[in-house]
Amino acid sequence: MNNRNNTISQGVDWTIIWLYAILVSIGILCIFMVEYRIDSNWLQSFLGGKTNYSKQLIFAGVCAIVATFILLTDSKLFTAFANLMYASGILLMLATFVLGKNINGSKSWIPIGGGFNLQPAELCKIFTALALAKFISRQETDFSKLRSQLIAGLIAAAPALLSILQHELGLALVYSAFLVAMYREGLPAQILIVGSSFAVLVVATLILDPNVLAISLTVIAGIILLLLRKQAKKSKRLMVLVVGIWLLCVGTQRFVVPYIFNNVLECYQSTRIYSMVGKEYDCSQNKKSERKAGEKAARKPDDYNVRQSKIAIGSGGLTGRGFLKGTQTRGKYVPEQHTDFIFTSLGEAFGFVGCFVFLCIYLFLLFRIVKIAERQRSTFSRVYAYSVASILFFHIAVNVSMTIGLFPIVGIPLPLISYGGSSLLTFTILIFVLLRLDADRQMVLR
Amino acid sequence: MPVFNQSRGRIVQIIFAIVFLVIIGQLINLQLFSVKYKLAAENNAILRKVVYPDRGIIFDRKGRAILENTISYDLVVIPSETKGLDTASLCGLLNIDTAEYKKRIRDLIFKNGYVKPSVFEPLLTNEMFARLNENIYKFPGFSLTERSVRTYPYSAAGNVLGYIREVDTAYLRIHKDEGYQMGDYAGMTGLERYYEKVLMGQRGVKNFIRDNKSRIQGPYENGIYDTAAVAGKNIHTSLDVELQKLGEKLMTNKVGSIVAIDPKTGGILCMVSAPTYNPNYLTGSQNKRHLADLLLDPRLPLNNRGLTTRYAPGSTFKTVVGIIGLTEGVVDLNTTVVCPGYFTGCGTGKPKCLDKGVFQFTDAVAHSDNSYFSTVYKRFLEQNKFPSTDSAIGAFNVYANSFGLGHKLGVDLPFEKSGLIPTASNYYKEFGRKLFPCNLISNAIGQGKVETTLVQLANVMAIIANKGWYYTPHLVDSIEGGDDEGLLDEFKIKRHTDNRIPESVFNSVQDGMQAVVEYGTAVRSKIPDIIMCGKTGTVENYAKVNGVMKKQPDHSFFGAFAPRDNPRIAIAVICENSDQGARVAAPIASLIVEKYLRDSIKGKERQAMVEEYTNRVYLPPVMRMAIAKQDSLRRLRENQQLLEQKLNKKESDEGTDEESIGEEPTEQSVTPAAPVKKAPQPKPLPKKKPGTTPAALTNDDRKYKRTAR
Repeated sequence: MNNRNNTISQGVDWTIIWLYAILVSIGILCIFMVEYRIDSNWLQSFLGGKTNYSKQLIFAGVCAIVATFILLTDSKLFTAFANLMYASGILLMLATFVLGKNINGSKSWIPIGGGFNLQPAELCKIFTALALAKFISRQETDFSKLRSQLIAGLIAAAPALLSILQHELGLALVYSAFLVAMYREGLPAQILIVGSSFAVLVVATLILDPNVLAISLTVIAGIILLLLRKQAKKSKRLMVLVVGIWLLCVGTQRFVVPYIFNNVLECYQSTRIYSMVGKEYDCSQNKKSERKAGEKAARKPDDYNVRQSKIAIGSGGLTGRGFLKGTQTRGKYVPEQHTDFIFTSLGEAFGFVGCFVFLCIYLFLLFRIVKIAERQRSTFSRVYAYSVASILFFHIAVNVSMTIGLFPIVGIPLPLISYGGSSLLTFTILIFVLLRLDADRQMVLR
Repeated sequence: MPVFNQSRGRIVQIIFAIVFLVIIGQLINLQLFSVKYKLAAENNAILRKVVYPDRGIIFDRKGRAILENTISYDLVVIPSETKGLDTASLCGLLNIDTAEYKKRIRDLIFKNGYVKPSVFEPLLTNEMFARLNENIYKFPGFSLTERSVRTYPYSAAGNVLGYIREVDTAYLRIHKDEGYQMGDYAGMTGLERYYEKVLMGQRGVKNFIRDNKSRIQGPYENGIYDTAAVAGKNIHTSLDVELQKLGEKLMTNKVGSIVAIDPKTGGILCMVSAPTYNPNYLTGSQNKRHLADLLLDPRLPLNNRGLTTRYAPGSTFKTVVGIIGLTEGVVDLNTTVVCPGYFTGCGTGKPKCLDKGVFQFTDAVAHSDNSYFSTVYKRFLEQNKFPSTDSAIGAFNVYANSFGLGHKLGVDLPFEKSGLIPTASNYYKEFGRKLFPCNLISNAIGQGKVETTLVQLANVMAIIANKGWYYTPHLVDSIEGGDDEGLLDEFKIKRHTDNRIPESVFNSVQDGMQAVVEYGTAVRSKIPDIIMCGKTGTVENYAKVNGVMKKQPDHSFFGAFAPRDNPRIAIAVICENSDQGARVAAPIASLIVEKYLRDSIKGKERQAMVEEYTNRVYLPPVMRMAIAKQDSLRRLRENQQLLEQKLNKKESDEGTDEESIGEEPTEQSVTPAAPVKKAPQPKPLPKKKPGTTPAALTNDDRKYKRTAR
């Protein structure tokens, strides 16, 4: 205890810190590219605190201080307070329903004065990761039991549910990243397989004509029964299983998916998902938009964002159009380019080479975190590390995929790159808590 | 237990890697294999602005600019910046009402967007500009921008100079590879068309970056892809604008043309086509409507009658027949022919001859004796060396063609007609395969099937003046900065008539033509102290009226050159359906010649002549009928529309009311410019508002027309 206060850097993984610093710098550079005006003095505006990139610079400074503090703390703190923090996080999220400020249509921000707003859902990721790690690492938890798995799932699902209620679909989706961490701890692979099968079924429902899909599902079921007819004769249960799965699939395709799109999702969300597969969604079917029809006529949405985003990235070519030379960026063609679509400025300016190098940095970071996770002695640290890796991975994958048209548009920032104090702070805390835990890996935590 | 799931760490890594590979795959697809995104980005962001150079200026022979550029102003508005505007006071200045203002702004936003500047009112009149310029600071979002427009300082020679218009799709199709775009202007007639490539200059392109609202952000790549505009070349013509103006004045209220050529160079001194129009009429803000008016005018003011109308040349053609006859030796100067009142050679009593008596060559020219030249023509065709009449016609045409007749001369104006020197085949339909000289006899006196343009006739006069050579008549002498296209090369080649024609023949014809003016048919057109050689022509003509061919008043022709010893001007004049050649065309020609040779008309008597001929009205009866018909049709339509309007008004008072207020002021701005300069005094025509502009609709007319819609 005594000597560690003298050398906080002892045992800290400097590779991650370097990667972190590089990514934050790239982020500020990207925001600078987006905000740059040819006639302005960039040095002045960097220091002025008026522009987004100078704000981001200030955020980065704050994060550096926070990071130092985290490295100075005792790693026991995190295990000790994990549940408490989780509880307060949930409380904060509930508080948004009362104190919340409406920004871009989602009521998930709490104003904290000075023009800054706090998004509790962001912070909740950390708390959830800690709480999950705490729960799984408990002596009495046997994660191979269904009960434990359900409780773990509930821990992750609670903030996700609250996010959906705040109209933050993207943030809610992030909580599904914890499945990866749980998988590592013994969650049956079938759940992941069933989950991804369901996703495939949903996409197929969107793309194909309902009747064609129903027929092809029936045909597949028939073929399976034909192949397994010998076994099916022996056991009735197999027969029932196949028919049951078939019924489930057709039911999903016929009733569940349309129900979700028409009754659960907002009109704009359905439209975005449909536009990704190249179809138009008829908003008149949407129950929620019906309800609001009196207030405001639904603007006819289109795929403008994705189109412009793809144009920006595509026009980069192999080596890009050069720093500050991208016309898509300079002409502000891509909406929300400094936050969710920050990847486009990179893709336009530095092309495929730039994107490739950039993604390699990310992948290296992820692999490094997984490696760190595997060298932990304590379950708590390992679960937490996997949570960090999967949260980062989920953000990167979804954000980049949505800018290149592989995923519908959901408001998920690119970690460490996108403009935004909450997001940067969240990822800083996530990573540096991990570093603190990793530095103390020799200590026997629980 | 952790060891139990160790392998799953690897699987998680593999999942990460696979997803990243998918992303990179899509990036490869987007960035390396899709060209369309690069194009789409350029379409998005690069605004190509064409920089229009000033068109070249056209000068006359004394260096006076007769077609140049001037600055006009457009009222431009950026709709997004018009908040807090005093609409009422702006509308007061513009003479429109607020409803009209709102409608226009709405249309502009629809057409051009909310944040881009659009033209609210193009080509402001000077008065309007002055009014707006003082007050423009009061109107946020509005500004006045310059624009270069064509102007004709002398308001003359519209038919020669031509006009420019916005190109249409047909034009773009024809001139596919010349880089025209929709919205460009190009010369449509006259010199503006013929020398389009020279006058146009080279358009430049400036590339700008624009943002998502189409606002210009700055030059693209610092302008390395920009090209500079090169101004059009100025051209110097041989026209004498004062001569042109005098000609247009003399041809007031007549239909016809005057073409004068400098015989030594082939340069055209003036080319008047009557009725003409004020070329400035087609440059103002109302130019589209004005053009429509001119196009529908039954007097066809847009025609260039000097070049694009074919006339039977009448007796002026006798000079050519005489030259050919003397050259072939079918007659000599002492040959005599008797005129008993008609030509006796064919036994048909045609053609008639007016001055009875016995004629030798000189007097035959002087008195324009039809019998004499019919005899010459018949004798030429009957020569023994020709096996048939067909080959005789061929031989005659070889001579005639060498005078520049029967084919296009190659004047540097568009739409030139070739005229016709008939060949044997032209007669097969009428007379069968076997032709006799008597079938063709009316050609001898320039009637029948012989047709020339007035430029060809003036050129014949120049050839006689030069005694056997000419340069292709042309308007442009030189192009500033060099003639890169070789457009003027043809005008530097000296062309000769058939080499069998000796100079003595030209002298004899000149003697005869001098006699025409000294004591012959055109004696009243003699210019004191100037020896002019001329030849009158009086051409019978017919027109179809209500399906019946009716004889019309004669066309009056005169061809001349002067002075005889050192010819400086050769001229041809036609005045349609007026009188004998000696009575109208010859005096007009003599005035032009005097003006050119002396720079002014000398003597009170001659000056009085100018006024007298200016005031004469010779409007062809056919044209009068057409005008009357148009007028009555219009009145009929108006009455109908008035009736409809009344009915409409009963039904809905407001709608029509509003519009009529909105339209009225814009109509008023039309009035000052008279549409057709040479408007006849329409006394004989039943007209609602005599004295104003018959070619265009009058104010009241149009107002009703508009509102009823």
